[in-house]
Amino acid sequence: MALDRVHRRDTRLDDYVDRYAARTHKMTASAIRALFAVANRPEVVSLAGGMPNITDLPLDVVGSILNELVITSGRQAMQYSSGQGEPQMREAICEVMKLEGISAHPDDVTVTVGSQQGLDLVTRIFCDPGDVVLCEAPSYVGALGVFRGLQCEVVHVAMDDNGLRPDALTEALAGLRAAGKRVKFLYCIPNFHNPAGVSQTLERRTAIMEIAQRADLLVVEDNPYGLLGFEGDPTPAMRALDSDRVIYLGSFSKTFAPGFRVGWVLAPHAVREKLVLAQESATLCPPAFSQYAISAYLANHDWHGQIKIFREMYRDRRDAMLAGLADDMPGGTSWTVPGGGFFVWVTLPPGLDSHAMLPRAVTARVAYVPGTAFYADGFGSRHMRLSYCFPTPDRIREGTRRLGEVLQYEAGVLETFGETVEDARARLPYEAPGANQA
Amino acid sequence: MTASSDPLTVLVLAGGLSHERDVSLRSGRRVSQALRSGGLEVIESDVDSALLPRLADLPGAVVFPVLHGEAGEDGALREVFALLEVPFVGSIASACRVAFDKSIATTVVADAELSTPRQVALPHEIFRELGASALVRALGDQIGFPMMVKPSRSGSALGCSKVSLPEQLPSAMVGAYAYGPVAVIESFIEGTEVAVAVVDRGTGQSALPIVEIRPDSGVYDYTARYTAGATRFLCPAELDEATAQRCSELALRVHDVLGLRDLSRTDMIVTDEGDPVFLEVNVSPGMTETSSVPLAIEAAGWSLGKMCADLVRVAAGRAQTAPVP
Repeated sequence: MALDRVHRRDTRLDDYVDRYAARTHKMTASAIRALFAVANRPEVVSLAGGMPNITDLPLDVVGSILNELVITSGRQAMQYSSGQGEPQMREAICEVMKLEGISAHPDDVTVTVGSQQGLDLVTRIFCDPGDVVLCEAPSYVGALGVFRGLQCEVVHVAMDDNGLRPDALTEALAGLRAAGKRVKFLYCIPNFHNPAGVSQTLERRTAIMEIAQRADLLVVEDNPYGLLGFEGDPTPAMRALDSDRVIYLGSFSKTFAPGFRVGWVLAPHAVREKLVLAQESATLCPPAFSQYAISAYLANHDWHGQIKIFREMYRDRRDAMLAGLADDMPGGTSWTVPGGGFFVWVTLPPGLDSHAMLPRAVTARVAYVPGTAFYADGFGSRHMRLSYCFPTPDRIREGTRRLGEVLQYEAGVLETFGETVEDARARLPYEAPGANQA
Repeated sequence: MTASSDPLTVLVLAGGLSHERDVSLRSGRRVSQALRSGGLEVIESDVDSALLPRLADLPGAVVFPVLHGEAGEDGALREVFALLEVPFVGSIASACRVAFDKSIATTVVADAELSTPRQVALPHEIFRELGASALVRALGDQIGFPMMVKPSRSGSALGCSKVSLPEQLPSAMVGAYAYGPVAVIESFIEGTEVAVAVVDRGTGQSALPIVEIRPDSGVYDYTARYTAGATRFLCPAELDEATAQRCSELALRVHDVLGLRDLSRTDMIVTDEGDPVFLEVNVSPGMTETSSVPLAIEAAGWSLGKMCADLVRVAAGRAQTAPVP
């Protein structure tokens, strides 16, 4: 069949391509990210996502609280609210923070749309393009996204099984000072680190804060998991050690439910004023209804008891994962032992590449997040983050069994071809936590 | 199956469990939207245990598989549709099995005296048995550099690498084997990358206007394929008439020798001498916002909705005229 008339096209299939900001051109499709479309299918055991497990949340209680809220305070709760957040919410947040040794005034709290928005606002306030932000190695992928989006230069600082290493921090600061670079802040997750699973001891926190004081370094402490420890009382927050030098990020996403999108920033007064202005520019105000709902939940429900239920549920899943790893991982694999939170950080035998083998894992119906996602500089191919928060213990065991088979196969391929990853990025001079654990 | 009711119901299948699930979902959404605009009743479905009961509840419905990668393109699902006498758009299972596997398709196309790269297909195990270093050396000697390494059964350029130096080859092999047990290693053909769709709307096969592909990065990889703005498409391609004719003929011949039906897309390289060389063929080509086939359809002066609807009607007609066993 002949074509009558051809309509000529010369196109990039994006009529806006010449209008984007320069930074937008770095937002590209990724084959690895696309694989997670498969990971979300029920056939796949996903040890990838860090989704809080709210199966044990008493929906009848939450439902009656929301019902009461709409009937009694609906007109206020569904209205615009203060850019800083509702007063009763900020007071309740101060009560929550007391559990980790933080003494704060509600005036110094700014409510945000999850702590993710808090980090975004803090970074906008402090960082110009090219400014240096120090991050643990590895660091939270969502934080790296914020820093990349705002064109910061991320410099990683090595960790060990007790979190950020003070000697590595000192060395990094000296190197940057010698290079004439200005460090805007240190971003760290001291409790049950995402992705590394480790926690800073109190001694370690004290040492880091001493270094920060000497170097006049601002610290951004991100603490979404601090109340989800499996043993003992919470370790005092870094903010509890220094109220002037630490900007603290908190969240209800893990201790209540992420769908309400309520987090907060606790900052020194001058910074708080900037935060409120930035918040008003970004959203006018954080969602009032969510704040009313969480305030009512905290006032009317045994939320301490609920967190205990969450902790026990996560501990069972952590135990299942550790048992599965011990049974299923090939020799030479090591991993961290989290005392709380959601994640285990796995170090693979030399030569294995978690990024390259993800397609095979997805074919085997198991998913994880390759370690490279947690570094801004391409490091991490020998690592992977496993989440135990969402699947049941049985599914976790099935997931580690499948993963073990994938690793065995990969080890066979590696044996055939030898170490093929001739990538200098895999050899950067920082060890990851858990690397020396048998 | 009973005869189709009016309006025709179409079950658009998208998703699946292949590595290209995300692409398939995007293609499926676009095809569904196009079919609805063509006046058909469309039901969208994933591939899961609910599929067969759903088909049983839709007598006379035509399946439009928009699945990329295994199961969707390797013929497995189409075998099931044939078994259940469910009419579907696209090639039959046996043709898909041949077309989807690059190593087999290239051999069939080469046997028809069409131009292909020099290619070998090797499972991982052969490297272990013969020794990787000796085999890698032999590949370098016989195929030469640069060469392309690809998974034998995969799409969207996943697991594909251009290898310019011997020391890059083992890493490329590992990357390809992550997507499947067999990799093809073929000579790299320098030239202009083009895609040619072949469509049969019930009035005979025709090659659509040729799409020339110019990725900004120089490599038409996954990022260049699915990031809007990252690739420049020219349709029709900037080729002289005789070369364009040869490209169209190659696509039509490939469609024919592989026994394909309804719709295919052949990817090829046009050498500096103007000779088109077959790279691969797709029995379920991408229909996303950044895919070349919808662009070619538009350049042909057709609408995607009308063309997809015609393919559905052709499939429905086949079912009505099929001999009763």
